[in-house]
This record gives sequence, structure tokens and C-alpha cells, in this order.
Amino acid sequence: MNPITRRSFLAASGIAVAFAMTRPARAQLAGGGEGGAEPVALAPALPGSLKSSPYLDSWILLDQSGRATVFSGKAELGQGIRTALTQVAAEELDLPPADVDLVTVDTLRTPDEGLTAGSHSMQDSGTAIRNAAANVRMLLLRQAAAILMVGEGDVTSMGDGTIRASDGRRIGYGETASALSMRVEAVPDAPLRRKSQFRTMGTNLPRLDIPAKTTGGAAFIHDMRLPGMLHARVVRGPSEGTRLALPPDSEIEAMDGVVKFVRNGNFAAVVAEREWNAVKLMRRLQASPYELARSPFPTGGVAETLKALPARDIVILDASKPTADPRRSVRKSFTRHWISHGSIGPSCALAWLQDDLLTIWTHSQGTFDVRRVAADLLKRPIETIRAIHVEGAGCYGQNGADDVAAEAALIAASLPGRPVRLQWMREQEFGWEPLGPGMATEVDAALDGDNRIVRWNYDVWSNPHNNRPVGAGGVLVGNEVVPSFPVPEGKPIPMPEGDGSRNSNPLYDLPNMNVVYHFIKDMPIRVSALRSLGAHLNVFSIESMFDELALTAGIDPLDLRLNHMADDRARQVMLTAADAFGWRKRKKAAQLQGFGMGFARYKNLGAYCAIFMEVRIERDTGRVIVRRVQAAVDCGEVVSPNGIENQVEGAIIQSLSWCTREAAATDGTLRKNFDWSTYPILRFRDVPEHIDVIVEDQPGKPFLGVAECGQGPASAALANALADATGVRFTDMPITAEVVRSAIVTL
Amino acid sequence: MTISITVNGAKHEIGSDPDTPLLYVLRDDLELNGAKFGCGLGQCGACTVHIDGKAVFSCITPVGAIGDRSIRTLEGLGSVDAPGIVQKAFQDEQAAQCGYCIAGMIMRAQALLEKIPDPTDEQIREHMQPNLCRCGTHARILHAVRRASDVMAGVIR
Ligand code: FES
Ligand code: FES
Repeated sequence: MNPITRRSFLAASGIAVAFAMTRPARAQLAGGGEGGAEPVALAPALPGSLKSSPYLDSWILLDQSGRATVFSGKAELGQGIRTALTQVAAEELDLPPADVDLVTVDTLRTPDEGLTAGSHSMQDSGTAIRNAAANVRMLLLRQAAAILMVGEGDVTSMGDGTIRASDGRRIGYGETASALSMRVEAVPDAPLRRKSQFRTMGTNLPRLDIPAKTTGGAAFIHDMRLPGMLHARVVRGPSEGTRLALPPDSEIEAMDGVVKFVRNGNFAAVVAEREWNAVKLMRRLQASPYELARSPFPTGGVAETLKALPARDIVILDASKPTADPRRSVRKSFTRHWISHGSIGPSCALAWLQDDLLTIWTHSQGTFDVRRVAADLLKRPIETIRAIHVEGAGCYGQNGADDVAAEAALIAASLPGRPVRLQWMREQEFGWEPLGPGMATEVDAALDGDNRIVRWNYDVWSNPHNNRPVGAGGVLVGNEVVPSFPVPEGKPIPMPEGDGSRNSNPLYDLPNMNVVYHFIKDMPIRVSALRSLGAHLNVFSIESMFDELALTAGIDPLDLRLNHMADDRARQVMLTAADAFGWRKRKKAAQLQGFGMGFARYKNLGAYCAIFMEVRIERDTGRVIVRRVQAAVDCGEVVSPNGIENQVEGAIIQSLSWCTREAAATDGTLRKNFDWSTYPILRFRDVPEHIDVIVEDQPGKPFLGVAECGQGPASAALANALADATGVRFTDMPITAEVVRSAIVTL
Repeated sequence: MTISITVNGAKHEIGSDPDTPLLYVLRDDLELNGAKFGCGLGQCGACTVHIDGKAVFSCITPVGAIGDRSIRTLEGLGSVDAPGIVQKAFQDEQAAQCGYCIAGMIMRAQALLEKIPDPTDEQIREHMQPNLCRCGTHARILHAVRRASDVMAGVIR
């Protein structure tokens, strides 16, 4: 047994730190925002993830030269978090960003901050690092004052790793820190730097990962090459729930190029020295006959499929106030189909069993969970497993990353001493990854004589979105091995975060609201988290309804929203975007041209986002051309304006793809999308001609997650623009060109 | 049997089967990271490289079929310290989210600009159409291609 702990790592790297005893658990945190195993809150009074990891040296170490190493339990997913966290640390330490090394999630080195999901990274880790860095700078200034024998008010940090006394003498961070222990708990009120002093926050520090990604540097897990590395491929039927009838092991082991054939129950994988050999072997074996070893897939529509399943009704809102009588009412139903994550790079993992330590490299959003799952699957003590996050292709939720990590671990455990790289093929990713859940809503709303919304009845049907694995039953291989681990029962995420219920509670001021979440635990198709969870359809439904109500009332859709919105920041993003878009001056210059808007505050807790859109439709084909998109977002204090714009631009384009193209289909036996020809996504020809994002700065306000805030508003703005252009309300996504064409031929 | 190929100006002897897709040779034998595995089906462009200046999908190009034509990968355009014009334009536009598609995007854009140095927006979109991006970085990618074209023309630096 050779358990590696943080202590032995630190000792091995020559940093001696005295360890305090771990204190007992006090409370669970809502870490990561999407279930998963959550870190324990030790210091509930501290901000962000300092609650669960209150000691400064969990977050920041300074070396003798004054360079800082900063530890985050969050992962770079292509959202630019590495750069943003580096900026936060540099700002509060008052160091140049180049003097800050950021270590992202590694079970051996970094705090456990739960999942990197739910737009929580800036809120959890950004807040923790900001405050930890402010604590460190405060201690440095005090120590420097003592060394220089001046008052604490007589020293200033200079932004270059030195501290200056008012008499002009200087001392470096390295020298100051050498007499200082960071093994102290953070205090909640270390002074933060103010916007007027900022040197790094609020500026556009170029993304730290882009140079390697544009020049062929090793930037992704797919680019890792370990000494003596073997290549593995899993051998599976065409899609979820199928089972291959493979030849006997002896026959497979005798095949040319097989280094190892791993079989355990219904799990099978081939391992070869050369990757292409592994692929060829996999293909030969996958040509074996298969059968469906689960209940047949649903073949009907989304609403019909979901409503046929037993549901638990959860009341999200039940508010009533005396109001005038309803005069005119609107009823609509909306659906979204199952959607693939569609990562451009199929999931990949590496694993290596060296002596008693099993190391797993993973691009999962839950690195600490990868370790828990492997411990459960392999029945190994958790201390003998280390999981390290390495970037993969954008995942936008739970794709095959967790599955492939557990599979690589199982394969590597049977090949002691040899590192193993496992990558899924495109078809396997489409066929086996958990999909984003299909959902349905029904809304019944009414206006009184003064065009106030006095009735709002809302029902949403959904499977759980939160099936993140925390044990072996949550990954495919866990269900395939013998004895097998059962698939855990799906659970809803409680509000305020919610899952299928996320954003089902309108932020609007409505006197009467009845919102019910029909939670369906039985999953007819394997599903888990997809960017924004239920917020996508809920915002789409609410915002579509607002436009229908505005039409009924004969008032401008923006005015109807403002008339029902008390939150100033919400009003502000709507007004800012409307103004930049020229909403009040909009004029139709052609037939089949339309304008629409969508708004939401993500989870009613995160970033505010308003999106305005102009579309034109090609009459003959139904093709939708998005001419311009104007967004405004408010995500609290701004760390990287360009990073926020990038995220929101991406959210808009991805959401348009979901909304106009995407449906993961099934027949009774198989999923029907195996490649990009059967699962088309938005391509260059159809991306909006012009996208602009305005970022409202809120100095001193808490960071609010931004990465998912655009998903709902963008799809809603499109549907509203299409309704404006055609007079037809499109309620079921995907709104394909074919759907639009058949709606307008009858016009 | 060995196959000889020329990549970024250097000749290599490869011990792979001739049916091996060029992508695997580049990544596994030559340890080049630029070309990525995305689909292996010629549908996404993550694996885009140049053969004799033309953008091709290396995932469906058998190494045995290349002969003495010359191969260029992302690494052949420049380096971290001295990025090529198109690479630099992508950096300047911060045209990446996850970045997995970006190597292929740069290679496809480079092929266009070598043929048509001053393309119209329409031509850029049309030319980039085979390459997929899931993060929705398209708008920035289009800006980066425009910027690279302007730099080549000396309009901007
Ligand atoms: S990997 Fe070659 S086109 Fe997708
Ligand atoms: S930047 Fe992620 S796929 Fe294009």
C-alpha cells in the first residue's frame, strides 16, 4: 500500500507545512450546483469554496522568488476559467498574472470543490480564490510592516511582487513570505482591492490556453503520450442497451495485435500497442451479432412519452393574491426533444497502475467523483487512486467522460505497469453517452382588463437531469461488470437550483403562480446534465408565452415584460440590449422578416441575460437566416469582459443549433444518430451574420455564473422572431427549415 | 513494410500498414498534436491537414495513398514563439472556446487564403462549411479569417 496524500505530495515537493487536524463535518454545501458528491462545509461563514477548504495553503503557496501557485478544484472546460481564475488571483495578490501558476483540479493537490458545472466556477472557486488571495496579501503587508518596522498603514503592494514602505524601502513577497505560515484559516473580511485599483481584473488578459491550441502544443487529454502507452477501445453494440454476442475469449486473444482482451460480464475492451490496430480489432468484434438487452426505446413524441410514465408531482410555486378577473387567456404546450452533447472530440481517458497507485487522467466535470467511482468499481481504497483533470473537447454537461474514465481504470488495473489510453469512437459517443433529457411544458395564462397577467399555471414534465455518477452504478461499465452495480434511482435537484424545474419559476412579478414539476424518475433513454438543464425549455416556454400574451394584449413584448418586472438589474439588461438593438425603432422592410426577444436570469440566481434577434425566412425552403443578435448580460463584477462575451456568443450559437436542428431519435431498438450526417448541427452558413454582447459591469457585486445564461433566451428570441415574421407560434423544438416551410406554405 | 512521407518539409519513414489513416500516423508515430480525431468519418474537419496545399481530412486518407505529395499540419504554419499569420489572427481574435476544432479551422482557413487572399464573407463561410464547432465559436473564427486576410494584404498588422 502506498497511499498518497496531500501531505506526502507537499513533503516530496519540498514544501514543509504543518497540518492541522481535520475538523468534523458540519453541513453539506450545494457545491457545483448539480448534485454529485458535495464537499463538506467546515467554515460556513466564509465566502465561496473557502467554506469547505478554509485554510489559505489549500489555495495559495508562495515560493522564495515570490511566485504564487494557486490551487482550484474547478476544471478548464473551454470556458476560460483558467484565465479568469488566474486574473482573480493576480489581482488580489497584486502580482502580474505571469507570476501566478494555476493548478486545476487534481485529487492529490487541489481542494474538492465538487463538480465544475452549473455556472458555479466563478461563484465557488473565483470567490474562494479572491478572498484567499486577499487574505494572503493582507498577511504579507502585515509581515512586511513588521520586518521594515513601520506601521501597517505605511506599506503598499506595488503590483510587481514587492511591498514598499512610505520611506521608499522595498521588500519582495518571497522574502516576506518565508517567515509566514499560510496554514491559517481565512478570515471573511480581508480587504479586497477596489475597481479603481485594478490592474488585472476587468481587463482582457488573453486566454492562457489559446497559444498552445493554435500552434499544436499538447493542450488536450487526447494529446497525452505516456511512456509505453497502450491503446484501448471498448467493444460494444451500436447503442445504449445493446449487447454483443462475442466470440470466445481464446479466439479473440489469438487475433493479430491483441495485447490484452479485457472482459468482465458484458464489458469488453481490446488493447493493442498501436491505436489503429485497436480500432481495427474493435471494428471486427463489433461486427458480431447484437441484441437489445433492455426495454424497447420510446418511438412516440416527447410529451406523449413522458406523460405515459409515472410522475411525482413537486409544487414549485403556489402563490395567489387577490386580482382582477381574467379577461383573455392563452394556453400553449411546448416540447424539447432529447439532445446530444455532441462534443467534437469523443471522450477519452488515460489510466496507469504503478505499484499500488492508480492514476486516472480525465476530462470529466467531476474529477473527485471519477476517483470515487473507480474506488467503488475496482473495490480499491480511495487513497490508492488519484484522478487528475486534463482538458477535453467542450462537453457542455455529462457526455461520455465519466464512463470512459471508469473504463480506462478497469482496463489499466488489469495491465499493471502499462499506461492505457482509451478513446471512444464517434459512433460510441453518439450511441452511448447520456443525452440531454427531452421535456414538455404546458402553460395556461390570462390577462385582466388592464393587461396584467393574473393567471399563470405552469406544468413541466421531465426526467432527472442530474445522473452524475458518484458510484460505479452511474457509469456504463458498472452496469456491465459481474456482479453489476445497479443504475441509481434518479433524483430531482431541489430548488432554487432545480433540474427539470430549473427556471420554471418566472422572475416576473406575477400575483398568481402555480408551477408544478412532474418529476419522472424512470428514464426511457439514458440522460444526464446538458448545459442549462431544464432552463432551456422552461425559459423558452415562459418567454414564448410572454410574446403570445403581448400579442393578445396588443402591447409591445418588451413593455409587457417591463410591466411585470421589479428587479432593476433584469430591467437594465433588457433596456440595454433593446437600445443597442434598436428595438423601439424596428421596422419590417420585407415579408417574412421578424424581430424577437428573450430574457432570463439563470436559475433566478445567476447571470441576467437579454437577447434580441432579427430573422428572415427563405420562403421556398423555410431556411431561417438570423441577421443580427444583440445580447446584454449582467454577471456581477467583471473579471474578463472578452471571456464573458465569448461564452455568451457560444451559448447563442449553440442554442440556435439545438432549437433549429437537433433531436436525438430512436426506433424501438436503437438510437438513430451515429454521426454528424444523422445528427446535423449548425454550420458556418447558418450562423448569425452579426452577434454583439454587452457586458454590464457591477463593481463590487458578487460573481454570477454566466456560461449557461444564454441557452434559454436565445432559443426563445428565435421562436419569438419567427412568430413575428410568420404569425405562427412554433412550440416544439427543433424548429427545422422543413417545419417552418410547411407552416408558411399555407400562409 | 515502411512508407515514406514528407511532413512539414521533413521526410519520415513510417512502419505503419498502408491502410492506416494519416491522422493516426501524425498523432501516434510523429507525435504531432495539431490534427485531432473528431469523427474519423470525414464529417467534422477536426483532422484537417494540407496535402499539396489542399485541405483534406486526414482521418480518411490512408497513409499508403499519399505517395510523394507533401503534407502540412498546424505545426508547419508556425510555433508558439513565431505563430503564422492565420494562427496569430486566431489568437488576436481569441477565437477559441474549448479549441478542439481550432487546429482544423486554421488549416482550412489557411488553404483558402493561399488560393484566394481576399475572399468575400460569403466565400469564407462557404469554404469553412465542412468544419464543425460545437462551442459556437463560429463568429470569432470568421473574424479571425477576415483578420488574417487583412494582415496578408497589409491592411492591418
Ligand atoms: S476527424 Fe476527420 S473529419 Fe472528423
Ligand atoms: S471551440 Fe470547441 S469545438 Fe470549436
